[in-house]
Amino acid sequence: MHLAYPAVLSALLFCTGLYGVLARRNAILVLMSVELMLNAVNLNLVAFDVWLSRAAEETLHSGQALTLFTITIAAAEIGIGLAIVLAVHRNRGTSDIDKLRDTAEGPEPEGPEPDGPDHDALTAGQAEKAEATA
Amino acid sequence: MSLAAAAATAHATTTITTTTAAEAHGFLSPTGVEIAFLLVGLVTFGAALITVTTRQLVHAALWLVVALGGLAVEYLLLTAEFIAWVQVLIYVGSVVVLLLFGLMLTKAPIGRSPDADSGNRWVALTVAVVAAATLVWVVVDAFRTTWIDLDGPAAGSTRATGESLFQNWVLPFEALSVLLLAALVGAIVLSRKAKAESSSPPVNSRAATGSSPSVPDSRNHPIEGNGRGEGTSPAEQEGAR
Repeated sequence: MHLAYPAVLSALLFCTGLYGVLARRNAILVLMSVELMLNAVNLNLVAFDVWLSRAAEETLHSGQALTLFTITIAAAEIGIGLAIVLAVHRNRGTSDIDKLRDTAEGPEPEGPEPDGPDHDALTAGQAEKAEATA
Repeated sequence: MSLAAAAATAHATTTITTTTAAEAHGFLSPTGVEIAFLLVGLVTFGAALITVTTRQLVHAALWLVVALGGLAVEYLLLTAEFIAWVQVLIYVGSVVVLLLFGLMLTKAPIGRSPDADSGNRWVALTVAVVAAATLVWVVVDAFRTTWIDLDGPAAGSTRATGESLFQNWVLPFEALSVLLLAALVGAIVLSRKAKAESSSPPVNSRAATGSSPSVPDSRNHPIEGNGRGEGTSPAEQEGAR
């Protein structure tokens, strides 16, 4: 088999996951995209391991061992990540990562999205109202 | 001088090897394994694309099953059978189920959700397309004349994987079990309900000024905050429909 097939497929899958991480808004969808990226890396590791075990007489099978480690670490990561998402959802009532801006710098976040100014103005109005009532 | 001569000899040797390889495998005569790999790869890539673009959250998780199952078939085609079954067991069996539970527990809207994609979608698309073009170009250019030899005994059989894992990789394997234990304890600690709410230190001032509207309610009246969270999601669902 030509080595370019698995390499190209894993590159495409990785970039698909990259798009998902950058463009998604729900935290769980972001976790799904991270899983896609990790799987792309796994495919690369397996393909190069199968190639090197024959071409370079490499008997360590480091690619497959690393793939098993990556799968395990991905399972641990998804467990911790979902626990964090659930904790945030319990405290904030949302799993929208665009709304979690408490550590952002500046007085008010200015979103580049078209519905950003309305939302920010609404939030600022609520904040002023809260301060006035307090 | 001798170094240069050795380098030239090595270069000539590699050239001979690659030319013989290119003669043995034609560019335009794909084998059956390559055709199967290509077809399954197309299915996998399409499922991954739908996963990152669909607006229905549960459908994204279900298409992720297709993508991960397709990758398991690719591992089988690469003769890595143990990795393939581990992939089926862990990813399709547990990770996707965990993701579905997460979607249910965060009360994800059923049906089309209008705000699944962020506002910087086009920037993300540009970055992803440029990265994909660069990576594919580099990879194809680098491994143009490289073939995987899939004949003979399977390079990734369970016997080979197990022998290498328990002869050469025992210490990382044991360290991995400690990591899994740490992840288990961490997940339990994170998802336990905090009992001492009053003794927790005050949140920073930005949260108190209402940069996210539900924070003060959920901190002062946790039950009402939860009820509010439950109340918003059916409205979002109806808005989605």
